[in-house]
Amino acid sequence: MEPNQPLLAVENLSRQLSERWLWHGVSFELTAGNCVGLVAPSGTGKTLLMRNLALLDPIQQGEVRFEGKTPSEWGLPTYRSQVMIVPQRAIALDGTVQDNLTQVFDLDIYRQRRFDPTILQTWLQKLGRSPDFLNLQGARLSGGEAQIMALLRALQLSPRVLLLDEPTASLDAATTAQVESLLRDWLQYPGRACLLTSHDIEQIRRVTDRQLNLGEFV
Amino acid sequence: METDYIAISYGQLALAALLIVVNVGLSAVLRLGLGQSLLIAALRMVVQLLLIGFVLEWLFTQDNALIILAIALVMTAIAGVSAVNRTQRRFAGIYWHSLLSVLAASALVTGFAMVGIIRVQPWYDPQYLIPMLGMVLGNTLNGISLGLDRFMEGLTTQRDQVETLLALGATRWEAAHPQVRNAIRVGMIPTINSMMVMGLVSLPGMMTGQILAGANPIDAVRYQIVIIFMIAAGAALGIFGVVLLAYRRLLSPDHQLRLDYLEKAQ
Repeated sequence: MEPNQPLLAVENLSRQLSERWLWHGVSFELTAGNCVGLVAPSGTGKTLLMRNLALLDPIQQGEVRFEGKTPSEWGLPTYRSQVMIVPQRAIALDGTVQDNLTQVFDLDIYRQRRFDPTILQTWLQKLGRSPDFLNLQGARLSGGEAQIMALLRALQLSPRVLLLDEPTASLDAATTAQVESLLRDWLQYPGRACLLTSHDIEQIRRVTDRQLNLGEFV
Repeated sequence: METDYIAISYGQLALAALLIVVNVGLSAVLRLGLGQSLLIAALRMVVQLLLIGFVLEWLFTQDNALIILAIALVMTAIAGVSAVNRTQRRFAGIYWHSLLSVLAASALVTGFAMVGIIRVQPWYDPQYLIPMLGMVLGNTLNGISLGLDRFMEGLTTQRDQVETLLALGATRWEAAHPQVRNAIRVGMIPTINSMMVMGLVSLPGMMTGQILAGANPIDAVRYQIVIIFMIAAGAALGIFGVVLLAYRRLLSPDHQLRLDYLEKAQ
């Protein structure tokens, strides 16, 4: 990787919903160590931008590059394992929280890696959860618990770029602070960046070092 | 051909129609509101079957392979279209997918039975080809309808799970194969169920027909076994084909779930 090359470079990204441009010409870069806050009035399509960056929806116009290569050049599974979205509505797969965390390692892309229970215990402690959290049934988690599960599920896969869509929307103040602190720790590791949306402007100020206003691209 | 069964006259048909009249009467008395649809369905059945009787009578005198194949193709096309007509959702190309799957499955299975198993001479003899193809088509059609419908429904209701897996780095196959598996399983349920209880709960129609027509029951049973294997194989191949084609359409090469291609049937 060349020095100062951005991790994620977004150029001229545009999205249309039946004739109307939702946003047009979105360009920005994420460099290592960056955490950028994505702000905009609700209904401007922050979630759709996040989905577009993870290529869950096809790109209509513009380009996204991770370390200089397009998602197709990486291969989508590889790209998504590096640029990972954690959606606002966290979805549990079958089984317990532990199953949710371990079964992703069955995916072909992670076949060289193993589930690491030690790091998980550390994280659970930081988030004020008992180890019993792992035995809860995924389908019965509250909204907040599901968000924690989904965040841990993503973090343990060590992506380089995290796309966090309202990561603490369903959490109480204390847990929110713990999640923010965990994210700050996670970002300390070299070569990582994140893009975060939040309805809480104070949180954007606390966690991110720069803001991107999607309202400017309408 | 010598017949050792009792031929049925039009008068006797009318007598049988009395059975339906009993149903219509019951519906009227109990105000079930079924009378009209019962009558229409009964009338359609009678007209369609009488017509097909004439067509078959004519067809069985043909020995031109092209004419017989053309009829077989029309039957296959109707099956392919009907299979889609009963699904709740559609996408562009779904009719082609269904046609292709029905055609490939039924041609393979019926062709093998004609040439390899029963060894009909000539292989396109309509007395064998048309009824056997018809039975294979009818069941393949049901299987394809069920499998296709379940696959599209499964992707729609399980969209979050599928996309969660994709977002975590799953390939489209890793993310969608539970839905593929489930769709094929559901499509095969009627075929497997009917094989399970065949002869115990149901006496299959074709075998009953042959026995009524004076065939040796052991021979009739053997035909029935062959046809059931054909039906099972045809349904499985057809469902497999149509679900895989739909999978390739609805999960893009860029590993995206393209539910935007789906629309509700009118």
